[in-house]
Amino acid sequence: MPDTKLHVSRTTRLSTISMTLMFVVVLVLACAPWWASRADIRLFGEISLYIALASLWNLLAGYAGLVSVGQQAYVGLGGYVFFGLTLLAGLNPIAALLIAPLIGVVVAAPVAVLIFRLRGAYFAIGTWVVSEVFRLTAAQVSALGGGSGISLPVSVVNALAQGRFLREALAYWLALGVAVLVTAAVFFLLRSRRGVALMAIRDNELAAKSLGIDIWVTKFVVYLVTAGLTTLVGALIFLQKLRVSPDAAFSSNDWTAFVIFIVVIGGVGTIEGPIIGTLIYFALRETLADLGTIYLIALGIVAIVIMLKAPSGVWGLIRGRRGLELFPISRRIRGLD
Amino acid sequence: MDFWLDPLVQGILLGGLYALFAAGLSLIFGVMRLVNIAHGDLIVLSAYMALTTSVTLGLHPLAALVLVVPFMAVVGYVLQRFLLNHTMGGDLLPPLLVTFGLSVIIQNALLMGYSADPQKLKAGALETASIAAGPVSVGVLPLILFVTAVVVIGLLQWMFYHTALGRAFRATSDRQDIVQLMGINRAHVFGLAMALALAVTALAGVFLGIRTSFDPAVGGSRLIFGFEAVIIGGLGNIWGTLAGGVILGIAQTLGAKIDPGFQVQAGHLVFLIILAIRPRGLFPRID
Repeated sequence: MPDTKLHVSRTTRLSTISMTLMFVVVLVLACAPWWASRADIRLFGEISLYIALASLWNLLAGYAGLVSVGQQAYVGLGGYVFFGLTLLAGLNPIAALLIAPLIGVVVAAPVAVLIFRLRGAYFAIGTWVVSEVFRLTAAQVSALGGGSGISLPVSVVNALAQGRFLREALAYWLALGVAVLVTAAVFFLLRSRRGVALMAIRDNELAAKSLGIDIWVTKFVVYLVTAGLTTLVGALIFLQKLRVSPDAAFSSNDWTAFVIFIVVIGGVGTIEGPIIGTLIYFALRETLADLGTIYLIALGIVAIVIMLKAPSGVWGLIRGRRGLELFPISRRIRGLD
Repeated sequence: MDFWLDPLVQGILLGGLYALFAAGLSLIFGVMRLVNIAHGDLIVLSAYMALTTSVTLGLHPLAALVLVVPFMAVVGYVLQRFLLNHTMGGDLLPPLLVTFGLSVIIQNALLMGYSADPQKLKAGALETASIAAGPVSVGVLPLILFVTAVVVIGLLQWMFYHTALGRAFRATSDRQDIVQLMGINRAHVFGLAMALALAVTALAGVFLGIRTSFDPAVGGSRLIFGFEAVIIGGLGNIWGTLAGGVILGIAQTLGAKIDPGFQVQAGHLVFLIILAIRPRGLFPRID
């Protein structure tokens, strides 16, 4: 006998299967140090960090409507804060990783107050100015190598863990962990009251405002959360690279261009988009490697074509009109039929 | 006294270049609310076009303007009609991301075509010629540049308020939908605005190339300088962009006087201070 009572639920059979599957995948990936080669582990770590960066940029641009072309400001800040805390303040690397996102938030607050005065597209260029200011400031810090940068000394690296295997495994687990953390943070934020407000703003700012949503505060909170987590990702990136310099830390190509292309190709404004985009990006990179500049041009062309012809990206095409979701976010009415 | 007077004068003249960067940006924002992230890369593209024409034809870079300006205008019209017009609508993301993609494509195409080596447009004796004006000596080239910027901005102002094209621009800026009822083809007007903006951009690019060396990666900071001049001067005010450019130029040369590594940062700081105390810029258009 069918259950005819109407009720609202978020889960679908697909989302239950996919959430279970993702849980298993994360578990299998967490065991990678025992079954994968060192090169593969580095690759998995890099993929994890890009998933985190892409998800954060997507939260900012796709959900909060804050299109930033200057997120490299916080990636670089994370790198420099991590090196500063371990190298100059002599902190344990793990402690430095815990403090880094807090510093990111503290720095982002006044920045947000300032650049939120710029509307729409001018906001985007404002974020770029901020990242330039950060880069030029970093180049002036002679204690961290000034314009030419500095390497992480062996003592700091050794403080992380004993032995190369454990060290590399730990760096990888941190990267994987931050990808899971960021995805979970975005997931729970979107399911929360604030997330509903955010999606309402995205769909119609005026209507959201008339329902009593404080748009400025909502966007401010998203900007700070994104900045803090991006700072953490930045710290992890430069923990893996073991060397920081102003040009690498605040690279517009590495931390913004690729990230934006990833999200656009995967699907802006969906939680699945950045993950799928990152996987496509790395699949292409591993097969078309060494094409260098042409690869970046090709990615740019693909992103433009997708923006014009299929603005919801690859995931938008897969999802189609049925509104498939791998992450249960939207509510559905059950028991209608 | 001369110690401060000299950078002040140099800064004012440098401001002319930044005003040229800003004028194109301001024009397209004014007419169609489009912010072109690739603006800086189009400036650099113009400099490379001038490099190629002046080297292959043996022309003086300023003579190359005769070819580069119309070329960039055509590029602008085609770009707008066949690409950017498809992104225009209520949504913020498409134009931003498409012009961002364009920026990356232009930058990397230049990298492939011309390598990362810095280039310079050779203008012969003009580069070093100077005239003494009281206690300071003023370079002839920066002076030409500044006068050009004033003339270009004056012409843009005149065009906006005294010609049929300017009327079409202003009408389209006010109401994109109503203007179509009056028999104006919005797509064509947008194309013309972009063509005009890139003609100014070509001018800016050639002067940039004569003044300093350039490489494919410098576009981003040129966009930022132009943008800062627009915001400092006040949105929608064409003469304001000149004032904004001059203030930015002075800030940079004075900053360089304090410490050579502080030049660009000083400009950014002045921009941020003005954003903090006068978010609408110094001379906002009175609506």
